[in-house]
Order: sequence, then structure tokens, then C-alpha cells
Amino acid sequence: MSYELSHLDALEAEAIHIMREVAAELERPVLLFSGGKDSIVLLRLAEKAFRPARFPFPVMHVDTGHNFPEVIEFRDRLVSEIGERLIVASVQESIDKGRAVEETGPRASRNRLQTVTLLDAIEEHGFDAAFGGARRDEERARAKERIFSFRDDFGQWDPKAQRPELWQLYNGRVRKGEHVRVFPISNWTELDVWQYIERERLQLPPIYFAHEREVFARDGMLYAASEFVELLDGEEVFTETVRYRTVGDMTCTGAVASTAATLETVVAEIAATDITERGQTRADDRVTEAAMEDRKREGYF
Amino acid sequence: MGATYASNGKPVDQRIAETELLRFATAGSVDDGKSTLIGRLLHDAKSILADQLAHVKETSERRGDGELNLALLTDGLRAEREQGITIDVAYRSFQTDKRRFIIADCPGHEQYTRNMVTGASTADLSLVLVDARNGLVRQSRRHAAISALLRTPHLVVAINKMDLVDYDQSVYDAIVADFRSWSAGLEFAEATFIPMSALKGDNVVEPSARMPWYDGPTLLHHLETVQIAGDRNLEDWRFPVQWVVRPQNDDRHHDYRGYAGQVAAGVLTPGEEVVVLPSGRTTRLAAIDTMDGPLEQAFPPQSVTLLLEDDLDISRGDLIARADESNPPTVARELEAIVCWMSDAPLRAGGRYALKHTTRAVRAVVEDVDWHLDVETLDRLDNSHGLSLNEIGHVRLRLSAPLAFDPYARNRETGSFILIDEATNDTVGAGLIAAPQD
Repeated sequence: MSYELSHLDALEAEAIHIMREVAAELERPVLLFSGGKDSIVLLRLAEKAFRPARFPFPVMHVDTGHNFPEVIEFRDRLVSEIGERLIVASVQESIDKGRAVEETGPRASRNRLQTVTLLDAIEEHGFDAAFGGARRDEERARAKERIFSFRDDFGQWDPKAQRPELWQLYNGRVRKGEHVRVFPISNWTELDVWQYIERERLQLPPIYFAHEREVFARDGMLYAASEFVELLDGEEVFTETVRYRTVGDMTCTGAVASTAATLETVVAEIAATDITERGQTRADDRVTEAAMEDRKREGYF
Repeated sequence: MGATYASNGKPVDQRIAETELLRFATAGSVDDGKSTLIGRLLHDAKSILADQLAHVKETSERRGDGELNLALLTDGLRAEREQGITIDVAYRSFQTDKRRFIIADCPGHEQYTRNMVTGASTADLSLVLVDARNGLVRQSRRHAAISALLRTPHLVVAINKMDLVDYDQSVYDAIVADFRSWSAGLEFAEATFIPMSALKGDNVVEPSARMPWYDGPTLLHHLETVQIAGDRNLEDWRFPVQWVVRPQNDDRHHDYRGYAGQVAAGVLTPGEEVVVLPSGRTTRLAAIDTMDGPLEQAFPPQSVTLLLEDDLDISRGDLIARADESNPPTVARELEAIVCWMSDAPLRAGGRYALKHTTRAVRAVVEDVDWHLDVETLDRLDNSHGLSLNEIGHVRLRLSAPLAFDPYARNRETGSFILIDEATNDTVGAGLIAAPQD
């Protein structure tokens, strides 16, 4: 017998180890769930870490109110199927309470407002650790972030004052009001995630597969026509066969023209792609060169 | 079966194979060309996608760096881009048909020794960069010495910028000879020397036509083929208990009591007699459980759940080992270790810290600092001042409770610890447990 693990097995074992460390060392963890593929993988890893017992933490979704309805429906079904607790933190409520101010205009997005809702929810529930599905391959600032990423009591990330992370010895110590963001799939790539979804036969929201949708073109990307977006002069709505490569708000997540309607064909497309998922589908990272770094410092996911 | 096609028209394999994972660490000074080398590796291994490449081209032209400055591919934080330096360890992934790679890219400034230690701690292989024009400078020696200290199993010495010495074999030979004589006292499983030019692409991914005198592998070929499966300790059975799985409110699993953790060493087989440390109680391994069903064997680094025959009082921080082990773990309330210090406030005799070892946390008092190392030569120097930031030295610790441990040289997982300052909660030290009478 050869005692070799495949890369997916090694990455899975690392992620399970990380989740158990958090459960053991922190008092009130929460798993942040967006309904996207990365957080769906996180849920499966949590099942692998804690079954046959229930998760020693709840699952929380920060609902912007601009999510795809298919994703919300999927979220509720999946969390109920696996028998775990779901908390929904609402950006609309933050706006109604005056904690956040809605952007206006045709390019308005609630993407940045999520940070307020997230930090409020962390404080309200007293969470001291929050699992996220971020990966180091997504974006340049993420490549330098630790697996246990310390946040001060304003929720801020300081890239120059990160705790050294050696061997598999994680330091999750926090004081009251501080928390750690923990990224168990830091070392996974987009392709690893898709291969894992295929291997584990994980369910995904239907928008990840090719479907007909009313869209409009802006800045070289296709966006879903919806009540949340105003069209600019000259923009027209048309029907296209598309799928989504990432799941965010309807206002800032671009679709990919594709006829890949099965998991196998989607994985094949990802393996052959020549453009990154954020470059292809996320308007939120295009604003400035350091867009993600700025949002992360403020306490974004 | 015919080829399948993605909607962008490219033929693809029906199913992408799962491959082996290799983690490697690089370090180098600002001018060694480390960023260019990593950029070259990613670029020539076709791991850079079109939008990333377009961004780098655009930035290169804007900054007047010429057509394509590969070093920009690895720039992370804004301060780094502004100052043209690297601040922190960055982790990057890429893959080829043969392997999946994770690079720990460590800054080479003197004050960042702690980053080299961090990067080396999880690496299967260290890639040390040498500028062919300058030979073995302080920084390359420091990185090689730290890799040896951290027992990174494999070492590659990349002799870079060969284009600037006219691809001259005598320059390469002199550096190899210098390295061999300098490192005679260091322990590496193996060292591989590769002459290259990251800038021109010689011997990184493509073999060089300009160095016909070199008949060894290219860097990528070596990374793809170096044997790593045998690097882990498969002899001494070690399982630190991480989490106790006890389903509540579930009739089907009413009596389920599982000990979850990651196998640190050895090959675990149900039926074996085991000892739980530090208590010393024994029982048998009944089964190895996972969500996907029971396993016949478990080995590092698998994360599994152990079921034992008897209901013992076992909790997080206990170490389960095989009862008839020929190399049993040491159980003690004091230990000696090499400590790399990572804090501005120095470590001194009398200092108190939290110590995290495997899944167990205890308190530790520094009894004495015996000596520290010249990190370039690994010579032992007399010590009376303790350890300041980035110093590495030999420390004796007394513990608030017994730990079950192994020498680091025997097992990375059960031979390492971190020290935490309980006032700031910062990780301030990395420890490698010494063998008895070392």
C-alpha cells in the first residue's frame, strides 16, 4: 500500500483540521454562508469534521436583499436538509435602522454595505470566529492573508501586523470584541473547488449551470436584468444562454455565456479557461487596483 | 471515447486527474530575482490567465519596466507595490499535469527571518536563490541554514542570472563547490543545483540551449518528480486528540464517542493496542471512522475520528500512541528546544508564555537561554542577553503540566510548538524540540 494522498484529500484533511481547531479553541464560532460554491464546500467540510454530531456553530448568511432568488431558495433548502441552524443578517434592516446608507444611481451596489451588517451581526451574537470561504488564488491581497486572520474590535485587518502561522499550530486567541476570520480553504484554487464539488456530488444553485436569462451588457460583462439595476442610455436587455461562475449580488455579478449545463461540462470549461473568475465576473474588484485590499481592511469577508 | 470540448472550443480531458500536492518555500533578497523566477514559473507553466497577464503588461508599460515585468505577477499589497519590496509571506498555487503546487513566497530582508521560518515550517522543499554574479551571500546562506534547521526534506539551490555571467560553467561550478563546503555540517535529505536565468527562461520550465554543459533537470521537472511520499514519519504512531465527537439528541448515535484529529505520524490499524498520554491508560483501537465510512488504515496527514474499545476519560490535548512503540513519546514537564524569536520584546530567562504543542496548551517559564546561533553558519554563540527579534537559540523551558512530545528531528508535528504572549495574544516564538542530551 502506498501512503500517498491526492491533492484534494490533502487539502480536505487540512481544512477539517482547521475547522476542528476553531471549534475547540473559540467560544462562539459562526460559519458564513453565501449560497455560493465555496461556502457550499465549507458546509461539506464541516459535515466531514463533526458528523455524526451537529455542527458546534450556526450558519449565517448576510442577505443583501439583492441576491438571486434561486440562491436564497437553495440556501434554505440545503441548510434545512443537513439539519443545521441558519441565521440571516439583513442589509435591508441595516439600511432601515440608519446603520448603512443605500448607494444610488445606475451603478449602485449593496456590496460594500454588507460589511456593516456583517460586523453588526458579529457583535450582536458575540461571535469570536467566523469561517469564510475565501481562497488565496482569488485576488492578490488574499495571497498574503493568514488562515486565521485576526480582526480588531473594529473588524479591521492589518496586513502588516499578522500573526506568524507555523506548522499546523494556529493561534486563535482573541480578547472580548475582537474576532478571527478563518479560511479553511485558503489553499484551494477555483479548479480544486470544482473538482471537489464533482467528486463529492455536491448540490449547487441552478444559476451555476447554463440557463436562459434576460441580461444586458456593461463594461464588457453580462449582467442580469432585475428590479435592482437601472439601465444606462444605450443599454438593452436581451436573452442569452449563460451560467454564473461566482455568486454575489445581482447588481455586480457578471454572467458567462456558456452552454455547460452539467457539472462535468462546467468543470471542463473551468479547467480550460484563460481568465480568472474575479476578472470575468466581479465588477466590485475593478474599481481600483487595490479595491479588495481596501475592503478587507474595513472588515469585508 | 472522443475528446470533449468546452464552450470556448478548447478540447479538455473528460476528467481532470487528482495529483500529489507539493509545498515549497522560496526566499531571496530583493535583487536575487525571486519574484521574476516565480513569475516565470507561473507564466511558463501556463498558470497565468489572460486578464492577469493583461494587467501586468499594462502596469509594466505604465511604470516603464519594459514589455512584461514578470515580477509584478506576485506583487500583493499596495505598500509593497509602492516601495518595490515584499512585506509578508504570500502563498500561491499552480498546477501542472503532474502535480499541484503551493509556493510559500518569503521576503528576503534580514528583519524577516521569521517569515523564512514560517514558510519553511510547512514546506516539502526549499528553493534557495543565488545570484550567479555575487555567489553565496549572507541571505542565501541564511535561507539554506534555516531550511536545514527546520528539516525541510529537500533543497534546490537555484543559481540564477546565468545570462549575466555568459552562461559560464566555471561560475556555476565554483558556487556549487562553495555551497558544498559551507554546508558540510548541515543535514539535508538531498540538495539539487540548477543553473538558470529566470529572466530569459533558461532551465526554469524549458531546458536551456545556452548551457549544454548542464545535463540535470529543469526546475519544474525537478519539482514535478522529486519523491516526497517517503518524507513523512510512517513508523511512530501519533494521534493528538483534537475534538471529542459526541452526538447529542440523536438516538442512533447515543453511545457514539469518537476522538477526532489529524494523524501526526505512523500507520493506524484497528485492533492495535494504544496508550493515551499523559495518563498512560491503555485500550485498543476499535475503528477509524470518517463521514464516508470506516477506514482500514489511516496515515498522515489524514483527518479522521478514532473509536476505542474502552470508555476512557480522554479529552483534547491528549496524545494517543501505539502501546508497544519502540520509540515512545517523551512525557515530561520540562524540555529543551531551539526557539526562533519573532517579537520585538526579547525572550529572557524568567519569561512566561503560553505554549501550544499539537492540540495542547500549557504555560511555560524560560529557565535559561544557553546559546544562540549565527544563522549563517549555525555556529553556537555564547548568550547572556536572551533572544531578540529574529534570533534563534537554545532554550530550556519548565511547563505547568506534562506534555507528550518527540524530538523535532524525528517528527515535525509532535516536535514543534509556538509560544504566545498572553498579554498581547501574539505568536512570539517558534520552537523545535531537541533530542535528549542534544
